[in-house]
Amino acid sequence: MARMELLQTVTGHKGIVWNVSWHPLGKIFASCGEDKTIKLWNKEGQEWAIKTVLVDGHQRTIREVAWSPCGNFLASGSFDATTAIWDKKSGQFECNATLEGHENEVKSVAWSQSGQLLATCGRDKSVWVWEVAGDDEYECASVLNAHNQDVKKVAWHPTLDILASASYDNTVKLYKEDPVDNDWSCVATLQSHESTVWSLAFDKTGERLATCSDDRTVKIWKEYKPDNQEGVMVQDRDSVWKCVCTLSGYHSRCVYDIAWCHKTGLIATACGDDIIRIFKEAEDSDPNAPTFDLICTKLNAHAQDVNCVAWNPTGNQELLSCSDDGEIRIWKISD
Amino acid sequence: MTKVADNLNPHVYEKGSERQITSTDHDEDVVDEIDEREIFDIIRNINDPEHPLTLEDLRVLEEKNITVNNKENTVHVNFTPTIPHCSMATLIGLSIRVQLLRALPSRFKVTVTVTEGTHASEHAVNKQLADKERVAAALENNNLVQIINQCVSPLSL
Repeated sequence: MARMELLQTVTGHKGIVWNVSWHPLGKIFASCGEDKTIKLWNKEGQEWAIKTVLVDGHQRTIREVAWSPCGNFLASGSFDATTAIWDKKSGQFECNATLEGHENEVKSVAWSQSGQLLATCGRDKSVWVWEVAGDDEYECASVLNAHNQDVKKVAWHPTLDILASASYDNTVKLYKEDPVDNDWSCVATLQSHESTVWSLAFDKTGERLATCSDDRTVKIWKEYKPDNQEGVMVQDRDSVWKCVCTLSGYHSRCVYDIAWCHKTGLIATACGDDIIRIFKEAEDSDPNAPTFDLICTKLNAHAQDVNCVAWNPTGNQELLSCSDDGEIRIWKISD
Repeated sequence: MTKVADNLNPHVYEKGSERQITSTDHDEDVVDEIDEREIFDIIRNINDPEHPLTLEDLRVLEEKNITVNNKENTVHVNFTPTIPHCSMATLIGLSIRVQLLRALPSRFKVTVTVTEGTHASEHAVNKQLADKERVAAALENNNLVQIINQCVSPLSL
């Protein structure tokens, strides 16, 4: 059994903290929430403390923040229907671009690995792909209307320009650009969850995807490419994604977020029962029917729903979490 | 409002009795856990959005449709729309949720659902009421909050 030690609890937001995001170097993180502010935190000595507070970028709740892979830009998606891009070219963080287009609440933002593409999604059922066109300039490359309900989350493949989205319509969809006509389109629909899919995370290879849902389960999906050895039928030369594992019976309420560490392979979940759980793949796990063991259950990780979990990208087994209770916690996982 | 109510002539039921005050209620040494009756008292006087009547008068809310588990910090409220096609079902459910959110300690997980088999879009209404992100977004809408506040505040005579 692994141990999960609380390193620190930090407060500063008023009301719900919806999301936390590590800077790619793992020495700074950003947080956002109901109070319409973004806070940047860094370590002063042994303690995490607020470094900068970003205000006046949004008129309503800020639902998600995401750092660009280069670490120079921060994107924030808000219920005010806009996405703001912040950078500190002037010496301090400022909002230098605002992306408009969604009809109402933006629920999620994500940068592609190259940093050249940004995806946003929202209550208006659409997923937008934006291209970085130049200094503070962003062009809409595509509006994808494949979902028929509220889109909760977008995430990019770790190495390729493949985008995944999760929705209130219970499905997950994957998109990519057709090199012939530069048109983005939905290339796969992952159907198995019985209620809202709140979040998703690729593993480090990008050939597997973990999803979590209001149906209280976590599912692991595997990509089967054309001409795969397992003999899974593939049509149209696009990969087929199959659910190869369902973790049920572990979560007692809605699972709001999932994080798959690209360094350690550990999976963390944020749940409406105030608990953070850590799963690890079994050593003798069959790739086509993998086994994941629950190696840690942190009861009362927060006083209310846990909204988000994020692994430190350096692989030092530090985990960030945030909650409806207004707190952010930094944890250390050890074997 | 010019809109005609969904249910023009709802059946009005007799009110239940007030809570009996017993001697233990004033005894500081008696642990007084939150019970079904207390939850019912918090929400029974919410007004119907369309009629000058309370949710208790219309039997939308009944004490027997409330479950409290103090150990697990859960409160579950079933409400019964007056007619199966009531377009106000989500708004009524939201008013109940808001009232409990404001009145109860934050440790409680509140679930509000339509009584099984009493509404045509039961599943859709339940899913929307359970989605805390959509509830949070709805509560940032000033017009909607105004309507909800009208529902949850006592009727002015």
